[in-house]
Amino acid sequence: MFKKFSPKEDIASQTSIKSSVQRHIRASLLKQFPLLAQGEGEAQVLEHIWPKKENITLVKCKEHISIFALHGEPLFFQHFDGPFFPTLRLLHKYPNMCPQVGIDRGAIKFLLAGASMMCPGLTSAGGMLPPPEHSIPEGAVVAIMAEGKEHAAGVGLMKMDSEQVKKVNKGVAVESITYLGDDLWSLKNIS
Amino acid sequence: MADTAGPSVPPILPLYVLYCEVCTFPPEYCEFGSSVSKCKSWLAEEHPELYDKYWSDEALVKKIGTLSLENQKKLDDDSAKKEAKAEAKASLAEKKRKESKITIKRVERNKRKHVTSVQGLEAFGVDLKKASKLFAQKFATGSSVSKNLQGLEEIVVQGDVTEEIVDMIIDQVGVLKGVPEKNVVRVEEKKKKGGDDE
Repeated sequence: MFKKFSPKEDIASQTSIKSSVQRHIRASLLKQFPLLAQGEGEAQVLEHIWPKKENITLVKCKEHISIFALHGEPLFFQHFDGPFFPTLRLLHKYPNMCPQVGIDRGAIKFLLAGASMMCPGLTSAGGMLPPPEHSIPEGAVVAIMAEGKEHAAGVGLMKMDSEQVKKVNKGVAVESITYLGDDLWSLKNIS
Repeated sequence: MADTAGPSVPPILPLYVLYCEVCTFPPEYCEFGSSVSKCKSWLAEEHPELYDKYWSDEALVKKIGTLSLENQKKLDDDSAKKEAKAEAKASLAEKKRKESKITIKRVERNKRKHVTSVQGLEAFGVDLKKASKLFAQKFATGSSVSKNLQGLEEIVVQGDVTEEIVDMIIDQVGVLKGVPEKNVVRVEEKKKKGGDDE
């Protein structure tokens, strides 16, 4: 999604959003990422990322991508009305906010070039998929971890059920949305 | 959404990940970047304990893990190639940057009135908006960033301020820092096209 993205051309507008809309976004973020809802009041995780008093900016980009930024730092983004994706930097801070899948060493190179992750990369010895009781449904936002690394290498979208991935073992399993070194990664600050 | 793995201790504090200052990746991913050797020396200098963790012999052996030796060699070759490519690209960009010119043009509006257009400042990392603001403040005239016929961005300042802008570049005022005066070209545009370089 962010393989080619230049802030100068692809950003259409930047607006601060109404507080009622912000409330709505907060609610859906909490719903989507249960981890963010942990802790009470001031100690809530979301409060850390995005304090209630702060106004978040909506950055509208081409192809219906909207990025939510706080003080210019992108936090979440969204395609149409799809699920929210955390940016990779945010995911590094809270590695457990999404379910995780792992890819083997051979696939890292391709992930960092922007390719989608194929089933064999997840099912091989170096890959990692959650056990059946924690299976990840299709369309879920996942953190893509890599073999032998402690931090996430990308954020992805499941194209199949994680159980199905094990069964079929062919074709695209996870679509990579943003990854280390793409243009969203280079975009540290939206000015 | 499925459950997140691992125990969750009530106050979840953000994890601060160290990023490599050379390639901006977390250091464990430097090997996939395009400046491995630079990253390595940076890490060895700034965070020797991490360097040992990622680049010591045993770490390298462990890293190979499930990959065959042959594949590993290929990967290494690839990263070396990538690095060379990135370096060549960087040096080319640097060269281009050195050669790029800043054109200060005096354009006649009507008889006695002129505007000054400045092109090519962006190649030296100058924020055009800020620079135009600076000019506007300094000369107390209108100054704006606009696109010219070629679709390139330029700063248009009202009035003939060619000399002053050249002086400002020589003095390296404010945001104009880092702009080499050698690359400045002055052009005067009359009704008929013509110019004298300096």
